[in-house]
Amino acid sequence: MRRDLAKTFLYDMALAREFEQRAAEQYTEGKIAGFLHLYPGEEAVAVGSLRAADPGDYVVTTYREHVHALVRGITPAAVMAELFGRADGCSRGYGGSMHLFDMDRRFLGGYAIVGETFPVAAGAAYWLRLNSEPDVVLCYFGDGAVNQGTFHETLNMVALWGLPVVLICENNHYQIGTEIHRHSAIAEVHKRACGYGIEAERVDGMDVLAVYDATRHALHHVRDGNGPYLLECETYRYRGHSMADPGAYRSALEVSELRARDPLRTFRKRANEEGWVAEDEADGLAEQARSAVDEALAFADASPPPTELHADVYVEPIHLYRGRP
Amino acid sequence: MSERKGDDTNAGLLAPVEPGDQLMAWQALNLALNRALADDDAVFVLGEDVGLYGGNYRVTQGLYAKYGEWRVRDAPISENSFTGLGVGAAMVGGRPVIEIMTVNFALLALDAIINMAAKLRYMSGGQVKVPLVVRMPGGVAHQLAAQHSQRLEHTLMNVPGLRMVAPATVQDHYGQLSQAVRADDPVVVLEHELLYFHSGPFSDGVGLPAMHAAAVQREGGDFTLIAYSRMVEVALAAAETLAEEGIDCEVVDLRSLRPIDLVTLQDSVAKTHRALVVEEDCRFGGVGAEIAAALNESAFFELEAPVARVAGADVPTPYNGELEAASIPESADVAEVVREWAVS
Repeated sequence: MRRDLAKTFLYDMALAREFEQRAAEQYTEGKIAGFLHLYPGEEAVAVGSLRAADPGDYVVTTYREHVHALVRGITPAAVMAELFGRADGCSRGYGGSMHLFDMDRRFLGGYAIVGETFPVAAGAAYWLRLNSEPDVVLCYFGDGAVNQGTFHETLNMVALWGLPVVLICENNHYQIGTEIHRHSAIAEVHKRACGYGIEAERVDGMDVLAVYDATRHALHHVRDGNGPYLLECETYRYRGHSMADPGAYRSALEVSELRARDPLRTFRKRANEEGWVAEDEADGLAEQARSAVDEALAFADASPPPTELHADVYVEPIHLYRGRP
Repeated sequence: MSERKGDDTNAGLLAPVEPGDQLMAWQALNLALNRALADDDAVFVLGEDVGLYGGNYRVTQGLYAKYGEWRVRDAPISENSFTGLGVGAAMVGGRPVIEIMTVNFALLALDAIINMAAKLRYMSGGQVKVPLVVRMPGGVAHQLAAQHSQRLEHTLMNVPGLRMVAPATVQDHYGQLSQAVRADDPVVVLEHELLYFHSGPFSDGVGLPAMHAAAVQREGGDFTLIAYSRMVEVALAAAETLAEEGIDCEVVDLRSLRPIDLVTLQDSVAKTHRALVVEEDCRFGGVGAEIAAALNESAFFELEAPVARVAGADVPTPYNGELEAASIPESADVAEVVREWAVS
């Protein structure tokens, strides 16, 4: 390998962990408002899958998407400024944590209604297929989304028309506080794909290399014209659903068991053992990530707020009244 | 389920339109789509039975054979997801024209229309463009009962980020759909099931009035009747009756429900000093309420009478034909209210 790739994984995951922990602090200090959904524990999914994608591929994500944005190349400064609601944020302060966008990077946004990522991804994929483009859409969703109608409606359409989508389930086993066996008759998400004739596989979502390899395989499958692919990544979130959730519905033992399989620590250990990245080099990468987040926080704090209330409701604003609207 | 209407003697695409031709509204829509598909590779049409079948109201007849399945796509019965598919395609360069078979089914697609199409541009800080058209016929047709006889304009006119047009004339069915396809904002085209097979004059190649401008369909100095979609003909019929009684009504066709062209209404009221809104949708919280409030705020000193409303009854549409007729405005209802307020 994998030396460069291993370093990339280590840096990405260190940045992801650091960014989210610092965002949580900013939330408690009142700098970040609204809902804040954090990713610690799930880093290997976004990092492994997005590092397997090409720059031309489209990405559609849920509301727990800071790390996807970072791995896709949106700067920590632009993401943090968006969390702060500032004009230099990647959505200029109009979207917030749950609605990060960067059209130049084909990052089609974070969607805060569970199940919305499916049709958006299908639409981008329909357009790619109509124009015979080689790109693919990566569509993220949680285990809670598979009981929405859009999951089934969209799986049917993308299979029927052979659309270029990789459906990536970030299965953290909880829809907010309801564990998957309490919300799904079939708790193995990948099995649901067979109902639509879609190839699917389950992968250890705590292992960044496994996610990377599986996503590469899925992308090849799709790019070769074999239609969509569903990848179920089994993972876990250490924190509650959002900052408002103390997570009282699960035991400390469960959380500590999963923490023992921490994706950062296990991959760092393996990279050292395989001779890809030495310990001191890994320390350096973590330090680099900390500095990047320090800079992002300073940038976000200094960024001005947006001021135009009525900007960009329409591309072509029309005023057809006289006097006060 | 809707049944296919009309005869089949005019199957296939339209012959070239000659000056002075009369067209039916479905033919005008068909011509607009045919030309949009021919002119711009970004345009594609998607909906239930729009392809091989040719559309339940014949609007997409002949397009599947001419443009193929990728540009005229028969969709499964998944309104929310295929409308959302339109949103996704519009974000990345397409100009999808989504057909929802009737507005009643669009209730299933409100997440795609309201949460996605209308909000993405604003939420993304202006990065995203959603040039999406969602066509849907609505209104009370002939005894289709409550679940197939709704109007949805009151729900959708209240959504920032959406546009909505409601053509009444054959010319506007062509012109407003043509402009909606070229618009860079999401546009709902609200059609009426009873207008598809109405004929009217169609002039090709004439300059099209702006998609959102209201149009004075009949000039008059005594009373302003404000209507849209099928209610324009109801208002015009009332104006004929009232003219015989010496009451000279001006009829304004709104054409667009978001935005509403208040300037044209203000100008008309400055002349007539009295206004009445005719709407097929329920009375509560709708177009009439909005216009009455807006004229109250902006033209209060021009008004010599309260802005009146003749609207659909606040009931689910009944199946029985006589009750159904009683639930929506007729020209006699309009004339009666005008007589009440026209006396100076």
